[in-house]
Amino acid sequence: MPNIHLENLIKRYGNVEVLHGIDLEMADNEFTVLVGPSGCGKSTTLRMIAGLEDVSEGEIYIGGKPVSRLEPKDRDLAMVFQDYALYPHMNVARNMSFALRLQKRPQAEIDKKVRDVAATLGLTDYLARKPGELSGGQRQRVAMGRALTRDAATFLFDEPLSNLDAKLRGQMRAELALMSQRVQKNMIYVTHDQIEAMTLADRIVVMHGGYIQQQGTPEELFKRPVNKFVAGFLGMPPMNFLEGEIEERSEAIYVKGDGFDLRLQGEKTQSIRQHKNKEVILGVRPSDLNYDQNASAENTLTLDVMVSEYVGAQSVLLCKCGPAKVMVEVNSETPVALGQKLTFAVNPNGVHLFDRKSEVAI
Amino acid sequence: MQRAMANRLTPYMFMAPAVVIMVIALLYPLGYMVWGSFRDWDPSQTIGEAEFVGLKNYITLWHDPNFRESLGVTLSFAFFVVTFEMIIGVGLALLLDRNIRGMSVLRTLFILPMMIAPVVVGLMWRYMYHPTVGTFNRFFESIGLPSVDWLGANALMSVIIADIWQWTPFIFILSLAALQSLPRSALEAARIDGATGWQQIIHIKLPLMMPVLIVTGLLRLIDAFKVLEVILVMTEGGPGLSTEILALRISRTATEFRELGVAAAMSNYLLILLLFITLMMFAFTRWQEMRTNRLRAAAEEDE
Ligand SMILES: Nc1ncnc2c1ncn2[C@@H]1O[C@H](COP(=O)(O)OP(=O)(O)OP(=O)(O)O)[C@@H](O)[C@H]1O
Ligand SMILES: [Mg+2]
Repeated sequence: MPNIHLENLIKRYGNVEVLHGIDLEMADNEFTVLVGPSGCGKSTTLRMIAGLEDVSEGEIYIGGKPVSRLEPKDRDLAMVFQDYALYPHMNVARNMSFALRLQKRPQAEIDKKVRDVAATLGLTDYLARKPGELSGGQRQRVAMGRALTRDAATFLFDEPLSNLDAKLRGQMRAELALMSQRVQKNMIYVTHDQIEAMTLADRIVVMHGGYIQQQGTPEELFKRPVNKFVAGFLGMPPMNFLEGEIEERSEAIYVKGDGFDLRLQGEKTQSIRQHKNKEVILGVRPSDLNYDQNASAENTLTLDVMVSEYVGAQSVLLCKCGPAKVMVEVNSETPVALGQKLTFAVNPNGVHLFDRKSEVAI
Repeated sequence: MQRAMANRLTPYMFMAPAVVIMVIALLYPLGYMVWGSFRDWDPSQTIGEAEFVGLKNYITLWHDPNFRESLGVTLSFAFFVVTFEMIIGVGLALLLDRNIRGMSVLRTLFILPMMIAPVVVGLMWRYMYHPTVGTFNRFFESIGLPSVDWLGANALMSVIIADIWQWTPFIFILSLAALQSLPRSALEAARIDGATGWQQIIHIKLPLMMPVLIVTGLLRLIDAFKVLEVILVMTEGGPGLSTEILALRISRTATEFRELGVAAAMSNYLLILLLFITLMMFAFTRWQEMRTNRLRAAAEEDE
């Protein structure tokens, strides 16, 4: 299947520029996930690839061929819309087979395809119903089904699971992951949900305010976020941020702030030395803080426990460190009393530092 | 006790004025007409003096070839105008449903004919159809075509054309409104699914517009049965009976032939026809409401 390449893609609505030069190269058969907060331009990007929005500037290449002037039907893609976009007057089966019927495929083939897809999506009992007779989650599955019955080269998904309950969402996510391995297609997937992003993606693209903040594999983005936005966006519970300053004392590097004084020991310590006395933001993921009453003081954060949220095997503690709020994950067995001071050892390689002004990682 | 009674009567008291007006303005004349249709009634008599003849007027009419011809003219007039107006009106709406510059001006121009008084429309078209100095024949002559006997041999066609000109805009604006309220994303989905412009129209746009189109068509049909002024001005029903639609025949029966009872009976025939169409329309909207309710109930059950 052809690769997709966005080159300096700009979108303006009147005088308002909502996408400011998107550059993106997607390899063949790659599962690309666009994530970002609401209004950052994910749907717009997807709709431009689909051909539903004009390209204001830049070019889209599919398989090396510029397509920004082509009609959607000439781009060989299928799409799942954020608002389902089902045909209200057709029943589920006819909704799903519309494209195939337009292509004048043999009836037997159409029937088989629809039956297969309906079975995977649990829609078999609803084939005769109209969209108005379905619940939100069922409609969303029909929208999925309509795309999956096509064998287009590229699949575009705009938050296809947003209306499903947690269990069904998990199932569908697994189903999608399976499908993306089985059928070799380009998939571009928009979501708010970082679990979807992390589990499904070959490549995650984090967008914010009409810019791409960072792109790469889930692991790259999780381990080496390029700025504070990406660091805070991926990961649940989100990364903790503490304001501080880099100090050098007796050959060792410390980050010192209100309520903590942490010695850096990770791989990056030497390169951080040159940023001596810089005002920084210290970022630590909740999972990189380990409850340890015996750790030496310079590797730890001491936190006042304010709230404890029980979520099963794990509990999330909301704590205070100086003026800042910090979340940590602990085993639910850990004896914790509210108002207690606890010490947590910091994973040396889980320390992220960001320039306080530019918020870029250092 | 007294209080409760007064409370219960309050709504009726408020409704009373409207009911009185309805009775005076609607039911009284209607009843008068029905009552009159059973009598052999000359305009010089009061209704009390007229002789009661039972269903005689209705039976005479049923066997009267002139009435039948008039009914036939009315039916074919209504059929042709509604058919052509629907086709042209919907077609124009499909064509003009896009955002290019100057479109709003164009749309306004299109609905102008509807705003002209019917008598003026009649006069205008009578002039344009004039055999020698009329616009059409002069134009035909100038390009070397034979002239057409518009209001003579082709009178029915000519009045149909005039009506189409005047009332297509009605269908046009309603269809355009229906088109613009279609779910945009469904059309986008159709584009992605590979539908060409035509396929979008046939498979998506027209089916979704259908409820509006049916009601619009019925409204136009009811109106077409009652048309009077334009034809009166253009042909006065002639030549012969070729354009004598029912409304015209009713007015002539009452004024020229001085047979009020027959005219009333004829009106009642027309009324029954219109009532039938209206009931159909009513039944259709009811059916639609019930359908949407049923669908909603079904959907909620599944939640
Ligand atoms: N037709 C339009 N006219 C003007 N501005 C628009 C239009 N469509 C979208 N926008 C703007 O473009 C920006 C990006 O919109 P987009 O729909 O791509 O966001 P999104 O990332 O998909 O958000 P969400 O996650 O809420 O769906 C938004 O700020 C929005 O206000
Ligand atoms: Mg969106």
